[in-house]
Amino acid sequence: MRIGVFICHCGSNIAGTVDVRAVAQAAKGFADVVYASDTMYACSEPGQEGIIQAVREHNLDGVVVASCTPRMHEPTFRRTVERAGLNRYCFEMANIREHVSWIGKDTERNTIKATELVRMAVEKLRRNRPLTPKRFDVTKRVLVVGGGVAGIQAALDCAEGGQEVVLVEREQSIGGKMAKLDKTFPTIDCSSCVLGPKMVDVAQHPKITLHTMAEVESVSGYVGNFQVTIRKKARFVDWEKCTGCGLCMEKCPSRKAPDPFNEYLCTAPTINIPFPQAIPKKAAINPETCIMKQKGKCGLCAKICPVKCIDFDQQDELVTVDVGAIVVATGYDLFDWHKYPQYGQGRYPDVITSLQYERLLSASGPTGGHIKRPSDGKEPKTVVFIQCVGSRDRSVDRPYCSGFCCMYTAKQAILTKDHIPDSQSYVFYMDIRSPGKAYDEFTRRAMEEYGAQYVRGRVAMIYPKGDQLIVRGADTLAGTQVEVAADLVVLAVGVEAARGAAVLGEKLRVVPDQYGFFVESHPKLRPVETNTAGVFLAGACQGPKDIPASVAQGSAAAAKVLALLVKDQLESDPQVSRVTPARCVGCGKCVQTCPFGAIKLVEDRFGNPKAEVVETVCQGCGICTVTCPQGAIQLEHFTDNQILAEVQALCPPRIRVNYAS
Amino acid sequence: MSASDSRELRIVGFLCNWCSYGGADTAGVARFAQPTDLRIIRVPCSGRIDPLFIVRALVNGADGVLVSGCHPRDCHYAEGNFYARRRLETLKRFLDATGIDPARFEYTWVSASEGQRWQHVVTEFTRRIHALGPAPLLRHVSDGAWFDAAAPAAAGPACPCHG
Repeated sequence: MRIGVFICHCGSNIAGTVDVRAVAQAAKGFADVVYASDTMYACSEPGQEGIIQAVREHNLDGVVVASCTPRMHEPTFRRTVERAGLNRYCFEMANIREHVSWIGKDTERNTIKATELVRMAVEKLRRNRPLTPKRFDVTKRVLVVGGGVAGIQAALDCAEGGQEVVLVEREQSIGGKMAKLDKTFPTIDCSSCVLGPKMVDVAQHPKITLHTMAEVESVSGYVGNFQVTIRKKARFVDWEKCTGCGLCMEKCPSRKAPDPFNEYLCTAPTINIPFPQAIPKKAAINPETCIMKQKGKCGLCAKICPVKCIDFDQQDELVTVDVGAIVVATGYDLFDWHKYPQYGQGRYPDVITSLQYERLLSASGPTGGHIKRPSDGKEPKTVVFIQCVGSRDRSVDRPYCSGFCCMYTAKQAILTKDHIPDSQSYVFYMDIRSPGKAYDEFTRRAMEEYGAQYVRGRVAMIYPKGDQLIVRGADTLAGTQVEVAADLVVLAVGVEAARGAAVLGEKLRVVPDQYGFFVESHPKLRPVETNTAGVFLAGACQGPKDIPASVAQGSAAAAKVLALLVKDQLESDPQVSRVTPARCVGCGKCVQTCPFGAIKLVEDRFGNPKAEVVETVCQGCGICTVTCPQGAIQLEHFTDNQILAEVQALCPPRIRVNYAS
Repeated sequence: MSASDSRELRIVGFLCNWCSYGGADTAGVARFAQPTDLRIIRVPCSGRIDPLFIVRALVNGADGVLVSGCHPRDCHYAEGNFYARRRLETLKRFLDATGIDPARFEYTWVSASEGQRWQHVVTEFTRRIHALGPAPLLRHVSDGAWFDAAAPAAAGPACPCHG
């Protein structure tokens, strides 16, 4: 092999504490190295040209660049050597900046260390093999999981971009949490007026297939070629025929079904359309409370339905779709605030969550938009809002800030005053976090124009007195205790990952963090990608987010999907495992250990079992290589021989094994 | 760094690309000063690390070997570090039998954002290795003893230990 070594000064970043000329000089003595030089900025245009020139002049077939971390510029230099006519895997990097010059001040030691790292890279490169990526076809369809505002935005943008979209929603209607809201901050727009048209667009878009009351059952495949099975739950109504007239809802005699859309503030008819703007506007039967399903008689809805769409024998249906990319937009759920003893743990009906309060404010809610407290239906004159319930609290393992509670609390305080002009709101807060366009002005308006009393401090306890609730807390600015006699207490409950997110994450091989939010590929530079190629994140499933941020991330995910699906074929990374069939004994251990199901056992022409790697599925972790008792399966570019050569370069053999004669 | 006062020792690090190598980069970007003894070998996943690599390094005279991967449940490849943990824990217990001080080998978990933790890990491990001093040559088996040990093996299945 003819290897060229390039030692980068990186201005003074490396040259400041490493004698780069000495390193280059030493490199000339390494095996197979025919050319070595130092260069000011290897990654710059002239730097890269210099590498290309040297490759041509000295007829090099391998290049080592000693500069920054390969996590930064390995792709850059791979393209450089490719332009010079070499295979992009005939290249190695030695990290002499982050791992040498930036962490040590001793030039002599740094120079020795840099020289050794270069020798290590040369020894590895000597065992590199040219690798060629495989190409495969891409299925031009995208699956969006979750029909909240982030999922809706992602679906619409993908569909507008010309891709077919399959949108799966667990609930009966799309809309998510935003559909439950009355108004939105900081403009006090009507939430359903903003969201409604988008939901209708989803229903009417010819490229979007909508499955509600459905969940992802299983996922297999890889980027560009996922196979997804969707379970459509039985709804006991033929949605092909149902017109959404609502006659069945009126006549249904069983009206005690739980109403999740109204946050369980009231009950719903057993056959129900959750809200007037629901998409799709179709009725579904709750089998738990249906008299026909439970006792085998009734069937009133079937008798009165004008289009005869009731089907009590309907079963769950499994639908399989092939997609090229997946957007996860499963959103959030509220933290279970009952863990807190100080808020009554559900003993007081007039302690409600912020989302329940939204339903009380909403014209489509159980009270028709009139604020009536749950216990006796009276109009509350004093409303206490408590912020950070399940946010920024280590004692309940929720140390993070839920982000948007400060804002919606200010909004609810404003709306309270709008609804009940002679009311008074109190807000117990820790800090006010309103970093957004027109956000801080909005919270100030709540205080100054609407007279909401902001009390900085935590609430210690709530207890009933007469028909009121006494809220006792601290005012840390005044340094005193505060007691407020409240008619209604609204808890700004923090958010956590949606229920079921963990199960879905397992199916999609997307890792949740310790609080259940899905982990993005890079916190700054790859915020919507995941570590599973072809799976993207949008909205609050990645972390607490308000509506504008969720919409922005929905669009961002759609842009990533479109950039992926615009290609007819994709290249797979050739750094995958490879089996030497002659060595493979067909034990199947690699098949068991592979986290991606990328290895299968096949029979060779003599009928012997042999492992075979599905190159497009293999992610290149190399777990199989260590597992194989025969050394028959090797991870390309990180083979045993390559890593041992690196070890050997650092620790040359020093004991002589005495095979005595 | 106190470790740099004395002669440099040979410490080999095996770091997974996604977490610990990134953590070492983060430490570098933040200019967290560290002892210079460590030489880092990059592998895709801690699950790629064959105990053989570690033993080879130690047998060839490395004074210490440090392995670092993603925190458990945070593996880029979902479960690679669980395999690593099992293998490395087993290796740690076996090292004693090979005549190598198990204290010369350590494994840990450092994420890509934990630059400070990486600095701490490197500094502490280097300090530990310097306290142990240079690794002794593996000469526990003298030439004579080697023949004593080799004789029964050479005798093949007839010897009692092959019974």
